[in-house]
Amino acid sequence: MPQIVERVLGSAGRKALSQLKDLHKAAVLINEVFYWTLVSPLRGKPPRIRATISEMVKTGYDSVLIVVVIGFFVGAILALQSAYQLRKFGAMLYVANLVGVAVTRELGPIITAIIVAGRSGSAFAAEIGSMKAQEEVDALLSMGINPVRFLVVPKLLALMVMQPALTTFFDVVGIFGGFALAVTLLDVNAASYINQTINALQVNDLVTGLVKAWAFSAIITITGAYQGFQVNAGAEEVGKRTTASVVMSIFFVIGFDLFFTALFYYFT
Amino acid sequence: MENAIEVSNLVTYYGERKILKGITCSIPTGTTTVIVGGSGCGKTTLLKHLIGLLKPASGSIHIHGKDIATMDNASLDEYRKKMGVLFQGAALLNSMTLAENVALPLKEHTKLKAPVIDIIVRMKLDLVGLSGFGEFYPAELSGGMKKRAGIARAMAMDPVILFFDEPSAGLDPVTAAGLDELILRLHRVFKMTVVVVTHELPSIFAIADYVVMLDKGEVAFVGTLDDFKNSDKTIVRAFLERRPEEESYSPDNYFKIIAGS
Repeated sequence: MPQIVERVLGSAGRKALSQLKDLHKAAVLINEVFYWTLVSPLRGKPPRIRATISEMVKTGYDSVLIVVVIGFFVGAILALQSAYQLRKFGAMLYVANLVGVAVTRELGPIITAIIVAGRSGSAFAAEIGSMKAQEEVDALLSMGINPVRFLVVPKLLALMVMQPALTTFFDVVGIFGGFALAVTLLDVNAASYINQTINALQVNDLVTGLVKAWAFSAIITITGAYQGFQVNAGAEEVGKRTTASVVMSIFFVIGFDLFFTALFYYFT
Repeated sequence: MENAIEVSNLVTYYGERKILKGITCSIPTGTTTVIVGGSGCGKTTLLKHLIGLLKPASGSIHIHGKDIATMDNASLDEYRKKMGVLFQGAALLNSMTLAENVALPLKEHTKLKAPVIDIIVRMKLDLVGLSGFGEFYPAELSGGMKKRAGIARAMAMDPVILFFDEPSAGLDPVTAAGLDELILRLHRVFKMTVVVVTHELPSIFAIADYVVMLDKGEVAFVGTLDDFKNSDKTIVRAFLERRPEEESYSPDNYFKIIAGS
């Protein structure tokens, strides 16, 4: 019996210690990211502008098509699903309210974040991971170049601009998707649908959605970078870490979404 | 002779495993020093300490009088600007051309104008025999060429100390000899301190002035190349004569191993 207790407590302790170590590593990374993004520019070391622009193209511009297509589909699906219930009450016009509010407050930010986590967060982890495996990160360090400043900050700045931009695209196209479906299949009058959407939406809905999107961009970048820097050697580990980065980003995005939504619910 | 690098009582661990067990050695300024030893003896770990990538558990590493083991990151970055490193796989940034790779430290650390940087890059590439390859990406080059490009990048900031991690690993004998020749030439022309980690005998005989030999995390030999060749220590003789280590298995031990206890 004492042996079993020892084994159970021992393994629990070892797990806790290794988790604590991971937490420490993550905290160090977050600290460095914010130092090199916010403090070092004030000390005369600005971020790499050209790298940031090229990251913006990769993470933002190149994702526009997929975000637009998915946005349209989601808007249309949402219109159909809400019509399924609302037609029982003869309240088809309220499809506009539902689509508008759900897309701007919730689905726009979160589905865009999931797309970006899958597209760009995984790419960050794979890029940094394979650089780590091939000693490129060590090479940067040995040249006196901080890898966080060199690799992570441009990605963070790029996503901080592009994530809200993509979310805005998603919002607009999503609402249009709902509109297109409502006026064609559901026989809702186009002018009333537009009016209803404008009446239903408040600036608050848009702003809270974009604030979320902005926070998600930091979560996705830091998770991707964290997983990338954890790679020690080998292609297999790069693959594992890439997958882990996507799963972890989506988990954190949804967790923080709950947190923000609760915050906005009580304080707006 | 003044020492460029003085290591004393260096101890380091990977997890629970003690890798370096109190290394004390010094590397004279202006020489080519070779750190030798069998695989897993800790020579690459020692190199990583010398370039400040790893922090020791205890001990000190004085480079030109300053202890890099206790330095903060900012001073460490200053030190790193004055040294160059060639990694085992060259570690060029694959997303950049050779010219961009060589220009990288110059762009990051100096305020030189782009045309000046271009000239320096062409000079450095010419120095290692890669003129005209500036626009190539690392993936388009052979192993030997990558290493040469790695040397050009390590030389970009005109370092006072140049480190090489197994320069001839994975190269054919002719290319490896060419690289040795290049290391000798750079040393002759620029008079810098060169530290090479290797286990290739022909390389050691070709380039070394001074030898530090490690064995299982401890210093087994320190001295000039001639002393090294003439040493009668068993471990040095075994290394020079390529004698395998004695098998330490007895039938009893072997039985324990296969029984898993």
